[in-house]
Amino acid sequence: MNRTGSIRFLTAAWTVYFKEVRENLRDRRTVINALVTGPLLGPILFGLIFSFTLHRQLAEAIRPLPVPIIGATYAPNLIHALEAQGLVVQPAPKNAAAAIRAHRAQVVLVIPPGYDHAWRAGQPAGIELYYDSARQGNRTPLARLKKMLRTYSNLIVAQRLLVRGISPLLLHPVVPEDRDQATPESRSALMFSILPYFFVLTVFLGGMYLAIDTTAGERERQSLEPLLANPVSRGAILSGKLAATASFALASLTLSIVAFSVVGHFLPVRKLDVVLDLGLRFALYVLLLMLPLAVLLVSLQTIVAAFAKSYREAQTYLSILMLLPVIPSLLLSVMPLQAKPWMYFVPLLGQQLGIMDLVRGETLGTIELFSCLLGTSLAAALACVLAGKLYASERLAISA
Amino acid sequence: MIEVQNLHKTFGKVQAVAGVSFTAPDGQITGLLGPNGAGKTTTLRMLYTLMSPETGTIRIDGIDARNQTLDARRHLGVLPDARGLYKRLTARENIAYFARLHGLGGKTLGVQVDAIINLLAMQDIADRRTEGFSQGQRVKVALARALVHQPHNLILDEPGNGLDVMATRALREFLRQQRAEGRCVLFSSHIMQEVTALCDRIVVMAKGRVAAEGTAEELRARTGAANLEDAFVSLIGTSEGLAA
Repeated sequence: MNRTGSIRFLTAAWTVYFKEVRENLRDRRTVINALVTGPLLGPILFGLIFSFTLHRQLAEAIRPLPVPIIGATYAPNLIHALEAQGLVVQPAPKNAAAAIRAHRAQVVLVIPPGYDHAWRAGQPAGIELYYDSARQGNRTPLARLKKMLRTYSNLIVAQRLLVRGISPLLLHPVVPEDRDQATPESRSALMFSILPYFFVLTVFLGGMYLAIDTTAGERERQSLEPLLANPVSRGAILSGKLAATASFALASLTLSIVAFSVVGHFLPVRKLDVVLDLGLRFALYVLLLMLPLAVLLVSLQTIVAAFAKSYREAQTYLSILMLLPVIPSLLLSVMPLQAKPWMYFVPLLGQQLGIMDLVRGETLGTIELFSCLLGTSLAAALACVLAGKLYASERLAISA
Repeated sequence: MIEVQNLHKTFGKVQAVAGVSFTAPDGQITGLLGPNGAGKTTTLRMLYTLMSPETGTIRIDGIDARNQTLDARRHLGVLPDARGLYKRLTARENIAYFARLHGLGGKTLGVQVDAIINLLAMQDIADRRTEGFSQGQRVKVALARALVHQPHNLILDEPGNGLDVMATRALREFLRQQRAEGRCVLFSSHIMQEVTALCDRIVVMAKGRVAAEGTAEELRARTGAANLEDAFVSLIGTSEGLAA
């Protein structure tokens, strides 16, 4: 392309860009979705989930533990010891298993009639714990009850050994002591591993309307054919459209980061001994990491939408495409893999790891940063070229 | 001037255009007449380089449209069959968008946009958003944006579609004016009345081929028919897909 050609290309791309941005800023639905609900969705959802978890965890650790007990009369001493640790005896249900199944109790303690006899004989005295491990909320009460029982059991063992003139310390040849090296920052990484997905989702939602509007939408409205009759290359038109779509996606992302840092201020993170620093440094790094990814996602959206025959069809395809970025987040949460250098090179995965590094309060290494930017930029360039090829096809323009 | 030689275009197994040749000279209105499905729209789409033909040559003012696509487009004003507007932009913004894509800018842009708005007598709707425009108003905007760069050649696909009597009269008047200024006007239609009322030259198309080409009188004389309508029917072989 000679110099005049390049100038014409850029002028045309800029004209298309300017028109798409102006037109879409006048569309209330696009503005609300891309610049209001999209950016706010993540932070608000995140804030809600976070404070809900927080309140439950804090509350459950202090709250009395109500437990229905069947056969309490067989073991009055055990019951006293448990009550001293915060247990509150609930009336006994007729059937322990049925009470669990009907969700009337989270855990039921059953003391069989033979308890007293075994106790006196110095035999192991069996007691039964009924619970449903498939229900998440039951884990905390169950763990607390087991801990109370263990404390009581240890106390009795010590007493019995002392009576026989044996030091209870003999029972502890090895004493492990916890020295947790997690910092408040790294603990927060565990809790906030979903954060990168929200950013990706925001980019997706921000770009979605323009990606459809500029391809399937323009064809459906029958304005694509006249547009393509103008003396500008299709590459220039597509560049303008991609740039406009990416601008909306990035505007959406920026607003989302701002909203996150506002929400972060109001979350009582200190109570859980974690740190959430979504300051300016974090924001700028996230923007940098997400910049090539936004271009990649926007091009993919445009490719998919260009394939669709109508606006509705494009919406359906894009909703499916939206599930794609969940994969790295999901993989990392199911099998927490050790970050290897090559992983930063993979689009999405690299951003996930990089943003997690930032949340963890660590500095993002230069090599990691550049691997991430380079890998995603290459993929983005490839997607742009592919989108260009598709856009140049003859079939694309025909409305009917 | 638009010169077309031996155009061919197939879609899958369907031969849409099979060897079309004709010339649309400057200072004349040339009509492409044929029933629905005769290959008129495909022919026009190849002329304004939306599609490329499998074989054949197209020259727009002497420019090879297949190799110098963008240059050829600069010499064309196109009103395609699809004439959707951007409904969240005003009529003026719609026109200015296309003017900019034609390379107009600065003072010239404003001057030429105003000129075409005045020419088509659409000052009253110029600064309204095009959402809710009537069919006639929409065609005016589509025509204005196609001609804002003052092209020497005009290609219009079924321009009379959906227009009421007043709008049709205005359109005809406008096309005659363009002819008087020495421009080359080429339009397609399946309405015999429209073609006879307006055209200096008529290219009759059927089944992807040119059935005949000439002035109305030449076509009538050639078929020996009593009137033009009979001449068309006898050239095409059927009246199906045509409208009086």
